[in-house]
Amino acid sequence: MSGSLELVCPAGTPATLRAAVQAGADAVYCGFRDETNARNFPGLNFSPREMAEGIRFAHGQGARVLVAINTFARAGDTDPWRRAADTAAECGADAVIAADIAVLDHMACQHPRTRLHLSVQAAAATPEAIGFYAKAFGVRRVVLPRVLSVQEIAALNRAIDVETEAFVFGGLCVMIEGRCSLSSYAAGRSPNLNGVCSPPEMVGYDEDAGGTAARLAGFTIDRYEPGEPVGYPTLCKGRFKAGDKAGYLFEDPVSLNAGSMIVALKAAGVTALKIEGRQRGKGYVTEVVRAFRRAVDAVERGHDPAEIDGMLAALSEGGRQTAGAYRKIWR
Amino acid sequence: MAQTGLTRIGLTLGPLFFHWPADRLRNFYNRIADEAPVERVHVGEVVCGKRMPFSDPAWPEIIERLERGGKEVVLSTLAAPATVRERRAIGELCADGCLVEINDITALPARSGRPFVAGPFLNVYNEATAHFLMRHGAATICPPVELSLQTVGTIAAACPETEFEVFAFGRLPLALSGRCYHARLHGLHKDSCQFTCEQDPDGLAVDTLDDQPFLAINGVQTLSAQVHAVLADPADLVALGIRRLRLSPHGCDMVEVARTYRTLIEGRQDAEGARFLLSCLDLPGTLVDGYARGEAGSRAALPA
Repeated sequence: MSGSLELVCPAGTPATLRAAVQAGADAVYCGFRDETNARNFPGLNFSPREMAEGIRFAHGQGARVLVAINTFARAGDTDPWRRAADTAAECGADAVIAADIAVLDHMACQHPRTRLHLSVQAAAATPEAIGFYAKAFGVRRVVLPRVLSVQEIAALNRAIDVETEAFVFGGLCVMIEGRCSLSSYAAGRSPNLNGVCSPPEMVGYDEDAGGTAARLAGFTIDRYEPGEPVGYPTLCKGRFKAGDKAGYLFEDPVSLNAGSMIVALKAAGVTALKIEGRQRGKGYVTEVVRAFRRAVDAVERGHDPAEIDGMLAALSEGGRQTAGAYRKIWR
Repeated sequence: MAQTGLTRIGLTLGPLFFHWPADRLRNFYNRIADEAPVERVHVGEVVCGKRMPFSDPAWPEIIERLERGGKEVVLSTLAAPATVRERRAIGELCADGCLVEINDITALPARSGRPFVAGPFLNVYNEATAHFLMRHGAATICPPVELSLQTVGTIAAACPETEFEVFAFGRLPLALSGRCYHARLHGLHKDSCQFTCEQDPDGLAVDTLDDQPFLAINGVQTLSAQVHAVLADPADLVALGIRRLRLSPHGCDMVEVARTYRTLIEGRQDAEGARFLLSCLDLPGTLVDGYARGEAGSRAALPA
């Protein structure tokens, strides 16, 4: 619990993997170019060969590679998930991140020497659930659901004997990940079924007298006045009507920046900090990883939270940010 | 293996998702006990642990009444437990001799080895996961709502020892959050929510800015605005290995809903007739069944 915080960074492509490692990532996480990972977007992810090369490169620089096989295997067709797990183990992955019991069971039985991390998609938030995954499959680390406050994380860490990893930056799911079917309800594809949310091929922007409507599969997710900047219609970040109110019912269009919480997360016993964004480019990843490297190093040297926050404030891209559930008031 | 006849499909009344006052709970379940043609009834709070102090005192009497009415009672447990009190409640229910429904892995260590129902909040997406849970005691599995009937059939075919149930009527439970949307809408925090969810016995409708009915909020839960209704030919359901249909309680006449499904599964009514009868009830939304057909869940039910 008292070691240095590990900085876990996203890599959507081999080039981003190299950039993240060079910018100071302790570990990068990435996935194969198919439905076995939860960022199944065109132009992203790794072939088995690229994965092997990426792992060799990272290991050469003293960094680790965590392979996300974190969707739920398709009924009657679980082979792609087993194959992905086998390939990750053969490539020398430092850990496999999984959510599906089918994948966890396969890893535990076939590759007991490869570390297993429990994906955020498994939504394990209690000592009982985490203890179960640790006992049944030998899970060594759990990526915490983004619904826990820092106080709850501290209590959880006292009650479990596996490591915890907490998201600190990037996109923010307001729903419990791994337990949300909003996307398949509206548009037929979802994170659990397909590794995608609010799928781009179902997005449309329609102009009319009132301005622009951003729609997903025909459902209006938000409306913009003429001239107002138009956003991507991510389902849970839209404006809707309920009762006599209209607005951002679920969540404002904000992203997570828990930079101010790093000191508290360390004190709460968190082992690793995770940056979201496997869909992001090399430039973005370099900038964010570099800033967090400096921040984490400053935390380790005992700098205070306000200073750390200041080091990361420049990353806001002009967008609004939140510390999310880490502060109880978010609920 | 409660159903012995090969062609018989059972009806289950699922757990109530909404926050109804204790009096309403008693009246509702009394009528279910006396009049609803369902074999199995789930009781207990699934969505929000904060509601439990209100409903907990009502359950013992309701359970007794249901059992006297010949119903098999299942104790459903929380889908997203967090607090010490919620975790303790799950442990106590699982230690009980009654059949329980597990909706979060939290409950598994306390129940493992004894029979349970795997609820739709557990991520059973494939036969390997179903097998694993079966080895731990899953006697009935109600898979996640976004799976098609065909997919449930694929899983069921690989697990002949387990009984499969599909979510067949009601607003679809689509998402859970750490945040309470009723509280947020009313400018409150979850910790001091004033239980505003009680004002909406079917959840509060969420429309798009273009007035399309879309979703419904129920505290920390998000449901569909539309009402999912699986009205398939009973022979097709049997062929897929589906042994039970789950009806989710709403404010409409649930006895009439159960009767309609009963006539359907007994072959006394075709799907179109059943759909017409359902559409005559005071439903909170229009009928959809896209998920059952492997499409977007919001797709309107097709004419038979």
